[in-house]
Amino acid sequence: MSESDTKAKPSAAFLQSRRNALRSYLGAYGFMAPAGVLVIIFFLVPVAIVLYLSVTNLASSNFTSDLARMEFIGLKNYETLLNDQFARKIFFNTIFYVLVTLSIFNVSLALVVSLLTTHIDRSAGFVFRALWILPRITSPVVYILIWKRMMAEAPFGILNQFNELLGQPTYNYVSTNPWVFVVVVNGFIGVSFGMIIFTSAIESIPKDLLNASLVDGSSRMQRIRYVILPLIRWPLLFVVTYQTLSLLTSFVEIQLLTDGGPGLYRTEVWSLTAFHRALSNYFGNAQWGYGSAFAVLLVMIGVVLAVIYMRVFRFDELVAEPRVEAL
Amino acid sequence: MEIRIDNLTKKFGDVVGVEDLTLHIDDGEFVAFLGPSGCGKTTTLLTLAGIYKPTDGLIRFGERVVNTVQPKDRNIGMVFQSYALYPHMTIFQNIAYPLKLKKTPKNVQNERVRQVANVMGIGELLDRRPGQLSGGQQQRVALGRALVKEPDVLLFDEPLSNLDARLRLTMRGEIKHLQKNLGITSIYVTHDQLEAMTMADRIAVMNRGRLQAFDAPDELYDRPKTLFVAGFVGNPPMNFLNVSVSQSNGHFLAEAETIQLPLGADRGEPPARHGGAVVMGIRPEDIQIAADGDVTGEIFVVEPLGREDLIDARVGEHSFILLADTEKQHRAGESVSLKFDMTQAQFFDPQTERSLLWHH
Repeated sequence: MSESDTKAKPSAAFLQSRRNALRSYLGAYGFMAPAGVLVIIFFLVPVAIVLYLSVTNLASSNFTSDLARMEFIGLKNYETLLNDQFARKIFFNTIFYVLVTLSIFNVSLALVVSLLTTHIDRSAGFVFRALWILPRITSPVVYILIWKRMMAEAPFGILNQFNELLGQPTYNYVSTNPWVFVVVVNGFIGVSFGMIIFTSAIESIPKDLLNASLVDGSSRMQRIRYVILPLIRWPLLFVVTYQTLSLLTSFVEIQLLTDGGPGLYRTEVWSLTAFHRALSNYFGNAQWGYGSAFAVLLVMIGVVLAVIYMRVFRFDELVAEPRVEAL
Repeated sequence: MEIRIDNLTKKFGDVVGVEDLTLHIDDGEFVAFLGPSGCGKTTTLLTLAGIYKPTDGLIRFGERVVNTVQPKDRNIGMVFQSYALYPHMTIFQNIAYPLKLKKTPKNVQNERVRQVANVMGIGELLDRRPGQLSGGQQQRVALGRALVKEPDVLLFDEPLSNLDARLRLTMRGEIKHLQKNLGITSIYVTHDQLEAMTMADRIAVMNRGRLQAFDAPDELYDRPKTLFVAGFVGNPPMNFLNVSVSQSNGHFLAEAETIQLPLGADRGEPPARHGGAVVMGIRPEDIQIAADGDVTGEIFVVEPLGREDLIDARVGEHSFILLADTEKQHRAGESVSLKFDMTQAQFFDPQTERSLLWHH
């Protein structure tokens, strides 16, 4: 047996194992392919188109569907946007809307609802949570119509009918306090997401651990503070992150409720502006290019936020090892 | 702390956890709740802890009725089967948690935690997290956490079930030693009769939510008051045989088909007076393989246990478990003569399942 033979043999086995590994990778990619294709067609390609549109001045007045014939204007749309006297107001509207809705409803109220419904009778808690899913599974149009009908001016609105019955003055609720309604209406939907995540996290805490805390001398409130909340830290951070991003891009309910009004941009948020500019401008003058610039900025803000969240909350570490199961 | 449980009933909807339990535990006593799973022993323990509220009956700690007292106001320590350590806290924080809730000053907390940790032999682990400890170490931490607040009552919920056999033996001794030293009234729930027998001053045997017996270990072993207790306590379990006991000329005889066993008046008189069919119980160690045996049978299976052989011998339809010297090297299929020590035989009423020999 020559020396080259002894060398070649393990290397052939090695190559074979490489081939096997490659084959198994191919299987994995094969399974990922359908989802990958969908993401490319319905997400990456549109993002690329929007990016391109944002550097053109495409509008209904100079419409063309030929990408090559669209007029390239560089960063002019972004320049216009930064000088837009209302962009600043809309920017702060958006921050206000996201922060207030997120902190009061999507996180705090969701936490309160899950803690309450896990501390009462199990089936009663379940029914209560099931009811709170309704806003999310109701079509937004129907859901907003219900709110509008409740809050409408006298003599149509249900609340104002009660006011009249009690001899109280009537109010035009939505136009006097539009922000309250924008936040409450969105918040009621937002609660259900955190509620489901928090509830399942709380219920997955081992019963022994909860009993141990009571026996160790905690009240139920102390148990929430020292045991339950630390143990659901990861779902808590997840909900904060996920809901920030989803509130940033949500606009359907606002569009249906106030359409950014009353008055000039009173409750207009960034994503709604992108929609208004690009697709629903006055006199049918849709500014696709300009609207795309708004959309691109929103995506960039979202990406930056997501990266910051991942860094600050150290997601990789949180996902790395199960926290409660490590008993 | 003396504990008096009177007519305790706990129901979950229609499901009965414990029914009409009456049990008085002396100050400093170590009591085991023994029974198969679902017998209500853990339900009783959690009711004593205040996690469950009794449906009916009274629980007194000393003179105080604690039925509706919150767990935190009962001054109890509890050790769980799963250890139930808080995974997000260090070992120090775990042990200090009951003190922190009592608002004990920081320096006192520090001192007490270290003291308890040293007693439990986990002094060098205080900075670790529960996930980094072995099962045995975690159990010590759990015990330390239960002891640190100097409880009036210690509750154990199958604390050794998750440990390996060798460690279980060590911890058994340590817990018993600790309990005797500290003199804390303790209740120990287990389904392992060996644990109950070796550790407890008295054992409460439970089955299907009801108390079967409450006695010292050797009392339960030698004078079981019910068929269930007789069968549950002791390993390998007692042999049972349906017999009829008759008397002629002052001699008593237990008979089952071909088996005829003479017995003395003290054991024979009550079942003979009861008349008809009774259940006879005889422990494996009370059956010997001897030349001058009472009945002849055949060895069905030999299970070597090391120190002795566990033998399943068949006499006709009947099977008897007995223990034999390994030196004898019995083989399956061998014909043997069995000698019954009838001075140790037990007799039960087949209907009421109560002992015909021992009454309450």
